[in-house]
Amino acid sequence: MSTPAQQSSGQPIAFVSAQALRARMHDAVNDPHLRQSFRGAMDFLMAKRAAQFPDQGELDSLRSLSESIRQYSLSRLPDLLEQLESNLTRNGVQVHWAETPEEANAIMLGIAQRHAAKLIVKGKSMVSEEIEFNHAMEAAGVGALESDMGEYIVQLAGEKPSHIIMPAIHQTKQQIAKLFAEHIPGVDYTDNVDALIQIGRRVLREKFEIADIGLSGVNFAVAETGTLCLVENEGNGRMCTTVPKVHIAITGIEKVVEKLEHVAPLFSILTRSATGQAVSTYFNMISGPRRGEDKDGPEEVHLVLLDNGRSQAYADEQLRKTLQCIRCGACMNHCPVYTRIGGHAYGTTYPGPIGKIVSPHMMGLEQTHLLPTASSLCGACGEVCPVKIPIPELLIRLRGEANSAPQANPAMVGQGAGYDPKISLLWKMWARLYARPATYRAFSWLATRFRALTPRQQSGWTAARTPLKPASRRLRDMVKDRR
Amino acid sequence: MSARERILAKLRKARPELPLRQPSLDAHYAPRARDESRQERLARFRTGIEGFHADVHISTADNWPQVLATLCAEKNIQTLMYGASTQAAPQLEGTPFGGTTLRPWAGRFEDIKTDLFHRVDAGFTLARGAIAETGSLILWPSGEEPRTLSLIPPIHFVLLDAATIHPTFYDALVGENWAGGLPTNALLISGPSKTADIQQTLAYGAHGPKELIVIVINVEGERA
Ligand code: SF4
Repeated sequence: MSTPAQQSSGQPIAFVSAQALRARMHDAVNDPHLRQSFRGAMDFLMAKRAAQFPDQGELDSLRSLSESIRQYSLSRLPDLLEQLESNLTRNGVQVHWAETPEEANAIMLGIAQRHAAKLIVKGKSMVSEEIEFNHAMEAAGVGALESDMGEYIVQLAGEKPSHIIMPAIHQTKQQIAKLFAEHIPGVDYTDNVDALIQIGRRVLREKFEIADIGLSGVNFAVAETGTLCLVENEGNGRMCTTVPKVHIAITGIEKVVEKLEHVAPLFSILTRSATGQAVSTYFNMISGPRRGEDKDGPEEVHLVLLDNGRSQAYADEQLRKTLQCIRCGACMNHCPVYTRIGGHAYGTTYPGPIGKIVSPHMMGLEQTHLLPTASSLCGACGEVCPVKIPIPELLIRLRGEANSAPQANPAMVGQGAGYDPKISLLWKMWARLYARPATYRAFSWLATRFRALTPRQQSGWTAARTPLKPASRRLRDMVKDRR
Repeated sequence: MSARERILAKLRKARPELPLRQPSLDAHYAPRARDESRQERLARFRTGIEGFHADVHISTADNWPQVLATLCAEKNIQTLMYGASTQAAPQLEGTPFGGTTLRPWAGRFEDIKTDLFHRVDAGFTLARGAIAETGSLILWPSGEEPRTLSLIPPIHFVLLDAATIHPTFYDALVGENWAGGLPTNALLISGPSKTADIQQTLAYGAHGPKELIVIVINVEGERA
């Protein structure tokens, strides 16, 4: 995807190599402004979420229910996708399947070209970020304009979202004020938030009126009715799915549920976990293009179902749990690492804990094998996850996949990418030592006697810490003395 | 093989032998059902939606057009658009609206798109029902009341019958068997459009209506 031509046409592509990841994280941690914005924003979101769940019993019950709905849906995924497709088709929606980002972009470009589209207005869609949709369209001469206020800001700045729910969370209102004054003709600097939003409203309403195609994501796809559900506050999602002649929705294959009633608990726990709202302003249930007596709405509706590595996660019973995700963002809001480094340092479309467990399937472990290590395994993500994904367990599993000898698990793309025979040998020896009491005792006895020989340079450890040195007496000896 | 076949084949190969058990939604909702009167339910709905910055006016089956006319005058609304053939239309048309022009929706969206964006100050629609738990309105747009009527004009007036308020979203969609037949676009609306995308500061009037005004028909009278 990241050809130089595309890079120069707009937003830089932010995907980074594993080596660069450490440097980015280092820079982020050393940026006090960034840390302050994220700390403030995350504290705010955590408090708002907590206020939505005053009744622990209700939260527990709703989480279990939501988990069971997602697991049930995944257990029938291929059948539900077929049921969804046939009901959508009956409703007049055209369904497309894509294995890769390239295929998905080609499908959507084909639709755009068939309609000679010049402008596509976009509602919020992380899947469109995942496939670098904007670049693909711009490279082909089709304009793609973000209309979610946060996404619009991020696009103006030539950046990527730093949070899956609040894309511009890293920007201060002063930065946004400057951005608007520089990029929007006739706009003077103002850092009044209401005024800024009204400017965005005015600019984007003009675009809704003339756009040829509206693009949106999908929060839940209902198989039994052939319905696409969208959660939003701003009304831009409704604009994109209602005003242009063509609506294209794109979603990962995991988003399907069987019954309409299944969306009720999921919708409730989604908005409460995400932004601490009892409900979002709009919940939009779309079941087809304009038909019969309808006087408005798009004449064509398309759904693109994207795999992009999801079937790899699906193939493994443990990793399949990754696909339970409803993209609420609570795991990042509660993550001590995310709070300190922000969303951009990860260099992946999905940052934070969910990004660490889903990106390896989308991008392969070659590019992402360090991601699962960017965690203290404190467990906060798993505790707040509304669908109970055991994120820490999955991180440990992915660390294993990344660092085990190559070819140990050919089903996982890039497995063994972090493998280092020396380190692996060291750990194997340690494991042996530790598993046998007699050798361990002998080792610790020797370590205390020869402590003076401990090397002063201990690779990564001594970069920022004083060297480790065994104590002069073993714990077991001290305990023995006490008795 | 097509992408579709390849994806489905991969999933089929990996899917568990037996699907998991159907989740039981009733086990969550039934013990939490409330024993509340209609007035209590209305009060809960009102608190919820007012918390989202909507205005609520309690009225009666006879008096609501006057309430609407007064609000239009107060807000200096030049043009109010409404669905021409709803059950509320005759009452609306029989009410003097002073300086406000009542304009029925006529034709296809394309015919009146420019007016909707630039010349219509407010839209008026009926609500199919509401949800007490979250303070949400249920709208089922149709040929009579198109989708954009509740979206494009800067002010949205909604007429709601208090008898149609459900305790929860789950009660509404199961009780009315929505799965048996949905319109092209069903909606829940909870307040005017808003955003907190700039420094978590809440601002109203993002892309949809800037104001949401609910007039409730309440058989118990104008006091809630
Ligand atoms: S992993 Fe869980 S907490 Fe994180 S975004 Fe997904 S559903 Fe939300």
